[in-house]
This record gives sequence, C-alpha cells and structure tokens, in this order.
Amino acid sequence: MGLIEIHSVRKVYHREAEEVVVLDGLSLEIAEGDFVVLMGPSGSGKTTLLNLIGGIDQPTSGDVHVGRTNIAKLNGRALARWRSRHIGMIFQLYNLIPVLTALQNVELPLLLVKMSGKERRDRARHVLEIVGLGDRLKHFPRQLSGGQEQRVAIARALVSDPTVLLADEPTGDLDRKSAEEVLTLLERLNREFKKTVVMVTHDPHAAERAHRRLHLEKGVLSN
Amino acid sequence: MGLFSLVLVNLGRNKRRTVLTMLSVMVALFLFTALRGVLDTLAESIKVGSEARLVTRNAISLIFPLPLSYRERLAAVPGAKRVTYGNWFGGRDPVDPGNFYAQFAVDAETYFPMYATDIDIITASPPQAQVALAPGLDPRLAAFMTERDACVVGERLFKRMKWKLGQQVPVSGTIFPGTWTFTIRAVYHAKNPAFGEEALLFHWKYLSERGMGGQGIVGWYTLELDRPERAGQVTRTVDGIYANSSYQTRTETERAFQAGFVSMYGNVPFLIGVIGLAVVFAILLVAANTMMMAARERIAEVGVMKTLGFEDGAIFNLVLAEAAVITLGGGISGALLGKYVIEASGFNAGGLLPPMNVSWATVATGIGIAVLMGASSGLIPAWQASRIKIVDALRRVE
Repeated sequence: MGLIEIHSVRKVYHREAEEVVVLDGLSLEIAEGDFVVLMGPSGSGKTTLLNLIGGIDQPTSGDVHVGRTNIAKLNGRALARWRSRHIGMIFQLYNLIPVLTALQNVELPLLLVKMSGKERRDRARHVLEIVGLGDRLKHFPRQLSGGQEQRVAIARALVSDPTVLLADEPTGDLDRKSAEEVLTLLERLNREFKKTVVMVTHDPHAAERAHRRLHLEKGVLSN
Repeated sequence: MGLFSLVLVNLGRNKRRTVLTMLSVMVALFLFTALRGVLDTLAESIKVGSEARLVTRNAISLIFPLPLSYRERLAAVPGAKRVTYGNWFGGRDPVDPGNFYAQFAVDAETYFPMYATDIDIITASPPQAQVALAPGLDPRLAAFMTERDACVVGERLFKRMKWKLGQQVPVSGTIFPGTWTFTIRAVYHAKNPAFGEEALLFHWKYLSERGMGGQGIVGWYTLELDRPERAGQVTRTVDGIYANSSYQTRTETERAFQAGFVSMYGNVPFLIGVIGLAVVFAILLVAANTMMMAARERIAEVGVMKTLGFEDGAIFNLVLAEAAVITLGGGISGALLGKYVIEASGFNAGGLLPPMNVSWATVATGIGIAVLMGASSGLIPAWQASRIKIVDALRRVE
C-alpha cells in the first residue's frame, strides 16, 4: 500500500460558462520514501495534482489518501490541521514573508504547535543549519540570494517534520548552480531523512534526481 | 516570535501608512472628545447653581431690572435664610475689546458669605485701617470692603492678565457708559470648578451711585433657603407676592437658572454631537479602506500561511488584531490627549462657561468607539482574508 493513493480523481474548474477539466479520472500511488517528479506541459494539471495531494485544493470527485486519511473528505479546519502536521510545501517563488528573518520564517509553522519560544527558535535554527544557512539566521529574504531563499523555504517546509514534501518547480526561478544545490538538498532529505518528495518540474535535468518520473498530459498520466 | 509579534511585524511593513492611519484615528478621537468636552462643560455649567438657592429676576427677561426695594420683602419670605443681589455690568477691555471677561456688581456684604462654600479668597491687599466686617465675610476682604472702587478677581483671570494686587483695571462700560477703573484688592479661587475664575466682582453700591444715579436697580436676587426642599413653596410665594406689581418676578432654583443659559444654545449641543460622530465615521471609512488595502496586498502571504496550516479563524484574528492595534492605539491616545489638552487649555469662553472639562465617561465612550472602529474596519478585510481559497490566494503571487 502506498503512502499516497489517488483514486479516480477529477478536478473541474468553471470559467464563466465554460467547464475546464484539469484532472480527468486520474489514479496514482506513491510509496513512502519515494522521490517522484511530475512533468508535463503547462496546463496539464501538475500543480493541481500537487495541490490535491497537499490538501490545498479539493477534488471535484474521487479520493486522495495520504497515509490513512482520505483528505478529500476533510473539511477546512481539519484539513488545515492535517496540512500543518503532514505537508511541507515548497513554492517556485519561495513565498517567504519579507518582513520576517530567515529564522522567523522557519519558526512560522511552529506557531501552530504547542512549544515554548526557545524550543521553536532552537528547532528552526537546527533546520536552517541542516539546509546550510546556520549563518543567515537574522537575514531578511531581501538580503539572501534566490538559492538561499529557496533553502529557507525548504527549511520552513521541513521544520514541522512533515510526512510529505511537495515542491512546485522549486528550481524554476534559480540559476543552474543554485538549482543544483536545491536539488541536492531535496535528494538528501529524501535519502537521509526518509521524506517522501513529490516535485513538479519542467526541467529534465532536475527530473533525473527523482526515482520515478510521471508525465501528465491533459489531466491524465501518460507513459 | 509569537502571534502578537507577527501582528506588530505586519503593522511595521508600511510604517508610514500605519502611523498615518493611527494618527487619523487619534485626531478623530481627539476631536470627538474635544467636542464632547464642550457638551460635558455645558452640562457641568448648570451644576454651578445650587438647588439650595433661588434666583429671582424680572418675569419679562433678565435684561429688565427689579427694584432694590424687593430686598427686605424677599428676606422676610418664610424659608429664605438670606438674600443677596447683583447686576451684570457688561464692560469691555478698552485695550483689547476682544478680551472678554465677565464683570458683576455684587452686594459684597451678603454675596461673599453666601458663596463662601464655592470660592476662597487666596490673596488680598492688607487693609489700611481696622474695619468691622459683616458676619461671615472673609477677613481678607477688609481692604476690598473699605474701597468704593475695589474689586475681587478670579485667580485664572488674574494670572492670565498678569495683574497685581493694587493694580487699577480700566473697563469700558457698555450698559453703564464711561471708563470705569477698579482696583484689585483680592483674588478668589473657585473651590467648585464650575463657578469659574474669569470674573471681576465689584461693589454694587459703586455701580448704583455712579451708573444708575442712585436709582437702586437690581439685575437679580439670590435667595438662600433654609431647606432646599422648600424651593417650590418659596418660589410660589415670591412670584405670588409680585404677581400684580409693575415688576413681576420669575423665581427658579439657581441650577435651573443656569440651565436656562445652556438652553439658549438651542440645538448647538446636538450639532456638536453630530459633528463629532461624523468625524469618527469619516475616519472609520479611512481606517477600513487602509485595512482592506493592507490585507489585499498580502493576500498571497495569507495563502502561504494557510498552506502552512493556519486555520481561517487564525487568519481572521490576525487581520482583526492589526486593525485593533491601529484603532485602539490611535483611539486611546486621541481620547486621552483630548482630555488633557482641552482641560489644560482651560478655555472657558471668557468666563461664560466653567473651564473646559472632558469627563472620564466621554473618554471611555471615545475608547469604546475606537474598539468599535477596530472591529468594523477590520471585519471586512479579516473576513475576506479568512474566506479566500488557498489556490486563489497563491495565484496573486505574480
């Protein structure tokens, strides 16, 4: 049994009178500790699928099981709590809070956990050290390079020790060197920390790091 | 970092906007408390009068006089303990006609003993000779009592005009023509703040001799009652005595007499109240607009926070807390500033009103309004931020 099991998922958006089918009866299984890449042309449904796995969006029909939870059946509040415990999300544009330091950005998810301020800071500092930014704790996002910002974002995704790391084109906005560093870091988190990683990318070079590559085409998986 | 720190950090993003919004709320609440302070002062001004004293004046209008001959008869009315009388002088400062302060001609021998509970003589010129003073009269008024053109002035007026004891003060008479010169022989302090300290009191006899050719015309009589509960009975008796005379009287408690002055303002108090609320409402719209702008600019971050697991309720509270900090910070400081600045200014409309006073109830109302402003200005952006779907919020990143 896979950690992530998706059964006959359909996702339909309504744009005025038009019905746009983004995912069309898609089924998928991802094992615990796997490193999977989702590839495909723009509009193929990669990010939508990632959002469904992360409980950021709900399917129109079908089931999305992560662990033993069918998150398609969770309501907003339960889903928010579930996300805080099980999902670490990494965005293409990092999406750090600009007025918070690197340490504070990483601390942010821990505000939802019962923990003392010192414990929060210690844990955030430790995770920033793991991603190689132990010397950038007090830096604001504007004082960091793109690669460093993305590593802070990875630390933020990692700090609550989630079951799954979801990365939406994490190297899409980075130069080659920084992209390599981020990919190496994701690989390490998968290998050393046993994190299940699902990554959306257009970059075939980045996709080579994954154990498995899945191609989406018009809302369905293709070989 | 805690959740409240997050609120403060968010407020610090655009410091200029936060400060300006807070200032606008502060100014609104300052104006509100200041305008309400006028109403408080008007309310306070009617408290200057006592329920234990009655004022008898001409039934037609206060500007018509009463004969001095009424004095003995009024003093003999059952329930009246003592009687005093006075006239409005209505003079102007010949140097600066815009410098208004009230002048009253009073029968000093009876006036000062009657008002001993309201005022204190704090400084006075020493008398040139020993004189016998009427019972109940402050001995420090000895010099004043022996000089025909002497006067007693309020402490505030005395300080404002930088006068000195013994100084001669010229006043141009408007009702009683000519230049009148009074010598300051004593200064009083109002124990009852509503009494006011911007008046000049001088001898009625001087006015009568010089201004009325000794006719003995009185502006009003004040009767002190032996028991306040007899006010109704004494009022009816006094007005009954003179019902068929050529100078009919109208008698009412001193408090009602003062309230009559306040009623002359007509709808002005209502207008002031409405203006105060209109200012607050206008600023409420500004604050609400600012909060909506601030929340809209950060909608992508709301998406990120929700992705991290922040519930809708937490987002709602965070946005609302920002509005609350702005409006409460501005509101409390504005309301307190209103109280202290207005009271420190001591403005009293040239002695027509007691010194401006802002009650704590008004300050509390102002703070209550600030709380309501916070809730109303933050409610819509907080609700919008809490309701937005993550995918829609994240789409605003670009």
